[in-house]
Formats: sequence, C-alpha cells, structure tokens
Amino acid sequence: MDAVLLQVLNGLDKGSAYALIALGLTLIFGTLGVVNFAHGALFMIGAFCAVTLNRILNINSITLDPERTDFLGNPLQIKTPYVEKWFGSFGSWMIEYSVPLAILLAIPVMLIAGMVMERGLIKHFYKRPHADQILVTFGLAIVLQEIVKSYFGANPISQAAPSAVAGSMDLGVLIGFAENAIIYPYWRLIYFAFAATLIGGVFCFLQFTTFGMVVRAGMADRETVGLLGINIDKRFTWMFGLAAVVTGAAGVMYTPILPPNYHQGMDFLVLSFVVVVVGGMGSLPGAVLAGFMLGILESFASMPEVKGFFEAIFLPSIDQIIIYLAAVFVLLTRPRGLLGRKGVMED
Amino acid sequence: MFSSKRNDTILMIVFTIMVLAGPLILAPFGAGYPDLLQRFAIYGIFAVGFNILFGLTGYLSFGHAAFLGVGSYAAVWMFKLLNYNVIPALILGVLVSAVFALIIGYISLRRSGIYFSILTLAFAQMSYAMAYSVLTPITNGETGLQVYTSDPQYLMSEGSKQVPNLFGLAMNSTQKVEFLGMTLQFNVGFYFASFFLIASFYLAMRIFRSPFGMMLRAIKTNQNRLNYTGVNTKPYTLAAFVISGMYAGLAGALLACMDPLAGAERMQWTASGEVVLMVILGGAGTLLGPVLGAGFIKYFEKIFSRIGDNVLEGWFAFLPEPIANALVWLLGNFVGEGWHLTLGLLFMLIVIFLPGGLIDGAARLWRYATGKSKSSKSAADGSAPAPAE
Repeated sequence: MDAVLLQVLNGLDKGSAYALIALGLTLIFGTLGVVNFAHGALFMIGAFCAVTLNRILNINSITLDPERTDFLGNPLQIKTPYVEKWFGSFGSWMIEYSVPLAILLAIPVMLIAGMVMERGLIKHFYKRPHADQILVTFGLAIVLQEIVKSYFGANPISQAAPSAVAGSMDLGVLIGFAENAIIYPYWRLIYFAFAATLIGGVFCFLQFTTFGMVVRAGMADRETVGLLGINIDKRFTWMFGLAAVVTGAAGVMYTPILPPNYHQGMDFLVLSFVVVVVGGMGSLPGAVLAGFMLGILESFASMPEVKGFFEAIFLPSIDQIIIYLAAVFVLLTRPRGLLGRKGVMED
Repeated sequence: MFSSKRNDTILMIVFTIMVLAGPLILAPFGAGYPDLLQRFAIYGIFAVGFNILFGLTGYLSFGHAAFLGVGSYAAVWMFKLLNYNVIPALILGVLVSAVFALIIGYISLRRSGIYFSILTLAFAQMSYAMAYSVLTPITNGETGLQVYTSDPQYLMSEGSKQVPNLFGLAMNSTQKVEFLGMTLQFNVGFYFASFFLIASFYLAMRIFRSPFGMMLRAIKTNQNRLNYTGVNTKPYTLAAFVISGMYAGLAGALLACMDPLAGAERMQWTASGEVVLMVILGGAGTLLGPVLGAGFIKYFEKIFSRIGDNVLEGWFAFLPEPIANALVWLLGNFVGEGWHLTLGLLFMLIVIFLPGGLIDGAARLWRYATGKSKSSKSAADGSAPAPAE
C-alpha cells in the first residue's frame, strides 16, 4: 500500500509539469485553434529565467581584504555579490530564494514573449492549414532552442531550491504508516501545491471574470462575439500571453527538480502533446486530468514489480514507452480524448 | 503539374546527368568529397520517399526517421550474419522497414490531420526508446550496432573484403582525377547510392503520373468527398505510407552500407523533423524539390558547421578590429555549432514567405524574368476570340 502511495506521489510532480504545459497548450489551441510546436520552448525559456535571475543576483564585486593575506603576503580577493553589499541580509535572502523569485521575472518576460509570438508570427497562420502551423512553430522552436544554447551552453545548469525546503519530509508517519516508509522531498510537494494553485487560478479566471467569460464565448463562437462589438483578437492575444506565463512559471519552478538544459523544451513538447491529445484537444479539464494521470502512470511503470512483470512478457523498460502506448490506445479507441468535445478536429 | 511524356523524359535525362556528374558539378562548391556526395544521394532518396506521403497524399508524418533507423539496423545485422556484401543488406533493410511501416501505418492511418502526426510521433519515440534501451540485444543500446570480428559472418570466405562491398567492389574506394586544377573524387559508394536515387526518382515520377498518384492527390484535396462517392481511401493511403517507409528503409540501409554503423539517434524525432524540412525547403509535392531540399540541408549542415571563428576572422581580417570582432561574434552564432539556428530561421522564412519551396521560388523568378513576354502572349490569346464574337 505504501509503495503504491509513494508511486502516486512520485507521479504528481511530473504530472504537475505535464498538466501545466498541457494547460497552456490547450489554452492556445482552444482559443486560437493553433497547434503550437514552440510551446515546449516557452517552458524552457521559463526555466532559463530562473538561471538568468540567479546569475544577475550573483554578480560579484571584488574587494581586497587587507586583514587576510595569502602566503606571498598579497591581500586576498573577496567576492561579494552586489545585492549582498547593497541590501545586506535581505540580499543574501534574495540569492537564497532566487528560484521562486524568478517567477516575478518570468511573468513579464513570458507575457511579452507570448504576445510578441502571437502578434508577430502566429497571427498570420490562423487561416493556414494545421501542417503549416506545426512547421512554422517547429522552426521557431529550433531557433529559440539554439539561441538559448549559444548563450547558456549545452550543459544542464543546476538550480538549488531554497535551503529551508531542501530536505525531505516523512509523509508516511502523518497518515499512520511506519517511519521512513514514504519520504518525499519538500520541493516536490511545493511544486504540486504550486501547480494546483495555478491551475485553480486559471480556471477561476476563466470562470468568474468578465474577461474569462468573453474568452469562453469567443472559444465557442468567435464570429458572433466579434459581431457584438468586442475586440476578441485583442483578448486572444492576452490569452496567448497568459498561456505563456503559465508554462513559463511551470518551467521556473521545475528547475530544482530537473536542471534546465537547452533541449528540454523539445523533450517536454512531445510528451505534452501526447497529454493534450489523450485529454482531448481543446478541453482544459481534460489536459489537467491527462497530465496527472500520465505522470502517475509513468511512475507506476517504473516500479520494480511492474517492470519485472513486463520483462517476463518481453516488454522491458515499460516506463519509457508507457505514455506513448497509452496515447496510442486512447487515440484509437476514443479519438476525441478523455474529456474532449465531439467534433474538435476529429475525423 | 501534368506535364507531357516528352517533358518527363527530358527531366529524367537531365536529372540523371546531373546526379552522375555530381562530383564534377559540386567540386567548385567544396562539396565534391565522397562523404557529402553519398549523403546527398541517400537523403535525396529519403526525401523523395517522404514526399510521396507528405507532398502527394498530404499526411504529415513526424516519425519517418524510425524507418530510416530500422533499415540501418537490418543492414548492419546482415553484415554481422552473412558478409559485407551490400545486396542482402539492402534487401533486408527494405523488407523489414516495409513490414514495420505496414504495422505502424495500419494503426496510424485510422486518424488523419494532427492526430496522425501525433500518432506517428508517438510510434517513432517508442521505437527510439526501445532501440535505445529495451532491445539492446538487437540494437546494442546507446553504443550503437557495429560489426565485430567475433561476429559469425557465415558467408565470409578467405578473400572477402572487410568493408561493405558490391561483389568485391568496395564502397569506400575512390578514384581521384585531376581536372582543371580541381581534384575530382569518383567514389563507388556515391555511384551505388546515386543508382538507387535515380531509380527512386524514376519510380516516384511513375507514381506521380499514374492513376494511383491521381488518387493520392484526390485524397490530399478532399478525402471526405472521396469517401462520400464510395471510394475506400484507406488502401491508397496505406500503400503510400508503406512505399515511403520502404524508401526510408532503403536510405537507412544505404547509410549503413557507406559506414557499417547504426545508432538509435538516427530514429529520434528531430531526425524526422529534418526530412520534413528537406521536403518543405525544396517544395512539397514537386518531383525535383525533395532532392534539392535534401542537398541544400546536407550541404548547409556540412559546410556551415565547419566554419569556425578562425575562418570568420580570416574573412573579416581587412576590417578594423572592433568591427571585425563584432561581426565574427554575430555570425559565429549562425555557423559552426550554431548552424541549427540558421536552419531554423531558413525553415521559418520558407514556410512564411515561400510555402511552395525552392522550386516554387525558382518558378516565380522565372515568371518574373519572362513575365512580360508571357503576359503579352496570354493577352494576345485572350484578345483572339474577342473579334469573333
């Protein structure tokens, strides 16, 4: 029982990442009807916002310490980050919490990136076939990936979570299992809570604000909303920006779990497309549900017992292909996905 | 689109001459060496095959590299089991990829549009993951499959060559000829591959002109309408899928013939993206486009990735130092390691501004250059019936 629970928990953080990317992807697909292959790149840009902020905060000022000398008698160089020099303990607090603080940087960056992308490129592709949309956004993804590579290098850059939440907690004791049965890192719990909040926030935003109401109406029938005198294009641009922010924030918070590297966008993109298709294209609850389900499914498939069972029937390493297997199964039995509406790109 | 028989014959002859004279034509561009020429021919085959599915039938597959990889693995296995003769390797490569394409196509083609793309992508990623880890006894995992001296090689006799060969004619043997101050390299492997390129091109042309090709075009235009008229489109699309898969398998097997290695990274989905790129760049749905696109991309890959900072510094040495440094830094992002950036930009520009690809661009230029005579001619044609009314 505790092993099963542990796998569910293990699946949650990966599932949260899938769900958040798929949510952003679905927001774009549902509102604009655009298949965005550059969405994984937005996740990657978010992750590199965290790296950038960390680097900015760690810019050093070099001072000489006359008290301490090396063996030749020269004064030692001391590197102090400027923020610590200027703000004292608040500065060191900022460096410590650079990952969560990077969300503040990511929000404007992603908003601008998303809106520029929509206005500058994707706007012209609404009426073109889906194949063209896939191709041009694929090209954009390559470009963004290469730009990031040329500035940050090809190696993953690990980001530390704040030391206050660096450890793990014993979840099992809380709910009556033996000690050390379920040890779980704090940061993964935080990531799950963050994802849940963000997803809830997006749903509330769409459900309870006038803006959200108009956007939902526009998703249902764009022409009519336009005829009512509402500038729906402008709102959709903002929605694109919002989707970019959601994805970027997901990328920022994921950095302590997976060190950012330049091709992570492509890696997540394929998976998140699978998630969206399984959940049903254009369905927001479907994307979230499928994200968590596939994340948990993946972690179950990596259990030694399950792997052993599949190895016995000549399907080893089931954990690496389980998501694709699930996608193929869902697509063939229920092409509209788990919660998809009938008729959305279905034929 | 429907050119006459005479035009086809001319195109075929010109194409054959151009391919066979490849070392001579490409030597001035620094592309006349065997390794690159072989790649031109092989990826040309891959792109021509992909075009039958994407350009003609309109199905965008994002998993075609899987067939390339499968073909490579099958060929290397033939080297391991029999001997270094390339003929069994090619036959097995094509057969295995055909079976593989039949299975994947049968399942994937139950959906169309974006769902088809995702399905093929999922299958290709599955194959990649399996080749990388699961099927290590067959694929040798991340090390890649290669031929060892301890392999059985049952048909290996005393005098047999230790490199891939065609009944004793080694693939890597090259004849160097001095011509007008250039060194021309006539390589057996290139001519072997270009024989298949020409044959593939001819076959593709026949498919384009056949009733089967017409049916594929009709599927691309409006599949629903065909279904309503009572045509079952599934066998046609499946046939197109399997044919293009066999082309990919042939290309993969040829890759293994030139260099008896096969690795999982040949199957990664970015490799599938590359062939899409080739076809788009050259012009989807045209005969010559894919070959042109494949050549372009492989040329860029080899040449752009070789331009290092020192080469750039050599180019801008005549400029004042700060300007030269700035230019080197700026262009350095686009060449060498960063040539993918150029590729991505080129790809975007082509999709945005020239959806018909290079062939379409050339046709536009041609029309622009000869536009006046053409429009005056059509005006004359148009005015001709007017007095009769």
